[in-house]
Amino acid sequence: MTYLAYNTKFVPTGFRKLFYLNWPVILLLTAVASAGFLMLYSVAGGSATPWMEPQMKRFAAGMVLMVGIGMVPIWFWRNMAGVAFGISLLLLVAVEFFGSVGMGAQRWIDLGFMRLQPSELTKITLVMFLAAYYDWLPNDRVSRPLWVLLPVLFILTPTALVIMQPDLGTAILLLAGGGAIMFLAGVHWAYFATVIAGGIGAIVAVMQSRGTDWQLLKEYQYRRIDTFLDPSNDPLGAGYHITQAKIALGSGGWTGRGFMQGTQSRLNFLPEKHTDFIFTTLAEEFGFVGAITLLVLYLLIVVFCVVSAINNRDRFASLLTLGIAVTFFLFFAVNMAMVTGLAPVVGVPLPLVSYGGSAMLVLLVAFGLVQSAHVHRPR
Amino acid sequence: MKRTAKDIIESSRMISRRALVIGAAQMGIVGALGLRLRSMQVEQADQYRLLAEENRINMRLLPPARGVIFDRNGIAIAENEQNYRVVMVREDAGDVGEVLARLTEIVDIDPADLTRAMEEMQRRSPFVPVTIAERLSWEDVARINLNTPALPGISAEVGLSRVYPWGADVAHVVGYVGPVSDYDLSRIDDQDPLLQIPKFQIGKNGAENKLEHALRGSAGTRRIEVNAVGRVMRELDRQEGIPGKDVQLTIDSRLQSYVQARLDGESAAAVLIDLEHGDLRAIASAPAFDPNLFVRGISVRDWTDLNQNKYRPLAAKAVQGTYPPGSTFKMMTALAALEDGVISPEDTVYCPGYTDVSGIRFHCWKRGGHGNINLHESLKQSCDCYYYEIAQRVGIDKMAAMSRKFGLGVRHDLPLSAVAEGLAPDRNWKSSVRGENWRIGDTVNASIGQGYVLTSPLQLAVMTARIATGREITPRLVRLIDGVAQPSGMGESLGLNENLMRRIRASMDDVCNDRRGTAYGSRILKEEYKMAGKTGTSQVRRITPEERAAGVTRNEDLPWERRDHALFVSFAPFDKPRYALSVVVEHGGGGSAAAAPIARDIMLQALYGGPPPLDAYPAAVRERIAAQQERINARIPPGSKGLGRA
Repeated sequence: MTYLAYNTKFVPTGFRKLFYLNWPVILLLTAVASAGFLMLYSVAGGSATPWMEPQMKRFAAGMVLMVGIGMVPIWFWRNMAGVAFGISLLLLVAVEFFGSVGMGAQRWIDLGFMRLQPSELTKITLVMFLAAYYDWLPNDRVSRPLWVLLPVLFILTPTALVIMQPDLGTAILLLAGGGAIMFLAGVHWAYFATVIAGGIGAIVAVMQSRGTDWQLLKEYQYRRIDTFLDPSNDPLGAGYHITQAKIALGSGGWTGRGFMQGTQSRLNFLPEKHTDFIFTTLAEEFGFVGAITLLVLYLLIVVFCVVSAINNRDRFASLLTLGIAVTFFLFFAVNMAMVTGLAPVVGVPLPLVSYGGSAMLVLLVAFGLVQSAHVHRPR
Repeated sequence: MKRTAKDIIESSRMISRRALVIGAAQMGIVGALGLRLRSMQVEQADQYRLLAEENRINMRLLPPARGVIFDRNGIAIAENEQNYRVVMVREDAGDVGEVLARLTEIVDIDPADLTRAMEEMQRRSPFVPVTIAERLSWEDVARINLNTPALPGISAEVGLSRVYPWGADVAHVVGYVGPVSDYDLSRIDDQDPLLQIPKFQIGKNGAENKLEHALRGSAGTRRIEVNAVGRVMRELDRQEGIPGKDVQLTIDSRLQSYVQARLDGESAAAVLIDLEHGDLRAIASAPAFDPNLFVRGISVRDWTDLNQNKYRPLAAKAVQGTYPPGSTFKMMTALAALEDGVISPEDTVYCPGYTDVSGIRFHCWKRGGHGNINLHESLKQSCDCYYYEIAQRVGIDKMAAMSRKFGLGVRHDLPLSAVAEGLAPDRNWKSSVRGENWRIGDTVNASIGQGYVLTSPLQLAVMTARIATGREITPRLVRLIDGVAQPSGMGESLGLNENLMRRIRASMDDVCNDRRGTAYGSRILKEEYKMAGKTGTSQVRRITPEERAAGVTRNEDLPWERRDHALFVSFAPFDKPRYALSVVVEHGGGGSAAAAPIARDIMLQALYGGPPPLDAYPAAVRERIAAQQERINARIPPGSKGLGRA
């Protein structure tokens, strides 16, 4: 079904579109972002600067951008998918040569008014492009090997570029997000089973080969893996950070130590307290109740997106919305697993809460696409 | 592509199915996260809270103020002084060099201190205060405070440090404090956490050391909140320590100061005991040292000077030094013999100027001899042969027993360093310690306080105190600890024949007040303050027969180290004794010439509670005494030195 096939007379037009936006999602996004503002205020020691104020400005700009994107018909964005993906690939290549390296090893390009991280942009354009690909691909070809190989290449190309930066967190999100779209589009179970089994096999082989004649990696690489998996092996380096994060989180208790009363963050025991580890501050100051509330807010955003996607008969819009929802989910789930010590520290920010310009803008652009899909769904 | 309606429905269903699968997986992940949060924040919350508290809370010890040591009149002789130091915080200073340059313009700072401080600042975190200089004057502090705006990061802090306002005059009594060393820690079994504080000051010597337990007090604690890099954020709470207990000594610091001044120039010691409670009013050892040098950390030069001085200023001779008591021991020999009944006071002994005992000739100090002589005359004129004779009759063991009864050869329990035991020798001692048999010659030697007999000035003073009172006076240095009176040293009666004691005292009276007494030149003219005493001159060398034949060499012609020790013991007033005194002048020559005049000056100073009137002295010496008083008064300002307290 192309955009021409839409029964356009039921699609709202002009400013009436405002009434058809997915308002629950907008409210939830604002609630989550507000929790972020509060925490940024707290970790700055009770000050709007240096983090809360710029974050609020960027959120406001991002919301305007989101609504703007939401008003543009979804078929326009589908036609732009290829261009957007191409541009982000070019930027990823360009950034290898002209970009600057900042904290967390992510590369960015200074655009003057903001620092653009092509890797952030790629998370969305990849989802867009794959959704468009499966919208275009006839259903009966979805599971044919050649047509499975193509999207795998689409995913691996930016992933490889991102790993070179090196930005492991984004690479994982790209792989998982891309894989999710393929799964949603109906690629046969067997492919996923094979990849998962192969992956596990490779990991087992690498780990088992340690200390044998056919050892696959160098010893220092194994040691690096050890530290990555169990930071307590390196109590003064990565281990120190995760230990302090766990202490902060655990010491929150049921109801927390009170707003701006978290000793771990206020006394700088916490690393990256305004970015990747901001969740620990929230958990420390607002306790189990606060942490679970935020988790539920995130989950509700995902649920509303999924509901919107399932009710959308347009294949592109549906896949796009679900892809974005999955990416969003992976964002906060990986971050929370990381700071609670369930997953290794890979450098994924907490969406909408962690301080950071391009991550928030790109996310709101993505939700703009979700809004567009929601507003312009076939009726 | 163009899709059919069937395609759309099929595709839509597929997406919905798969979305549900992914949704289920997501719910599983969210559930795992929720459980993880629950386990950490609910089940293990207490444990993590503890870890967080451990992270942020540091305990710091607060050293308590050390107890003050007062003299008997409530004058502080060891106290705590505000010690102003200037500290700098690097991160607040901006340009460290510039600020330090400005600081040196207004305050005089040793360049060595400056470079040390600069190095320390480079080494430590920028927020750690580093001491630049210590012991600033109040004027310096005022100047720094006035210039605060121009001196960012600089501040003046105040701490306590020990100070001895009377300086050298009390050095041998109070001792001194110093930073605790590894050696101290290895030697003492003390779990007090205060000792772990670097440079914590503990008593190293004298009363400061022996009364350490009372003076130190106990540590307070301060709980502070620190951040991840150790910067102190705020104080959470503070529990003040218990300050050390104040101690009042029996010393009269003004008298002590006088005695030190009077002994100045000699290597000498004097001990004055108050007979009422056995209070030690003065324990002087000369020369002395300034204990304040040790508190600040003594320089190598000062240390070498003190150590290489042949007069041994670091030795507290009054309690640590032991000397043959010479003739001052004759009272012991006499009392042993009298109590034993081998002689009565009226019995006479013939003194031809020497006594031959088993082939060895023992000389009396008077070459021509004293002729027939009884107890009274023998003490007054200090005849030696009389004692050679009665000692042989009574035997060394009874002499030794009598000496111990009077506190010789006994270590007196005083809170001072290395209090000497001395030696009252007997047969048993010689066989067990030296593995030799006692010879009769040893007894003869001991009878006049030579040979093996060794006594400290303190012991001689105690002996005199017991002779004067007939009671077992025990010396006492501490009067009050934290306001609690310490036991009196008045003691029980010695249980000796009071009649005999009176005879001995009367003889000692004549030593000073009879024209033929050995200390007649050092008598006190005031009838109510009459002094009784006994001179002593103890040899530190053997006089060979050749020397004797050539005529006894005069002390003045000998090198200092070989001259006789001069001793004098006395008590006064004769009728109603208040004080007992011993004076020992190392290598000072004769007791009557070197020690007795000093004893009279000290006794008068004590009896009058200040400079005595000149008519207490014989007319012939008044002019000299007046000059001496003037000289000494110029040395000791009235009241305490240093802090100008009364």
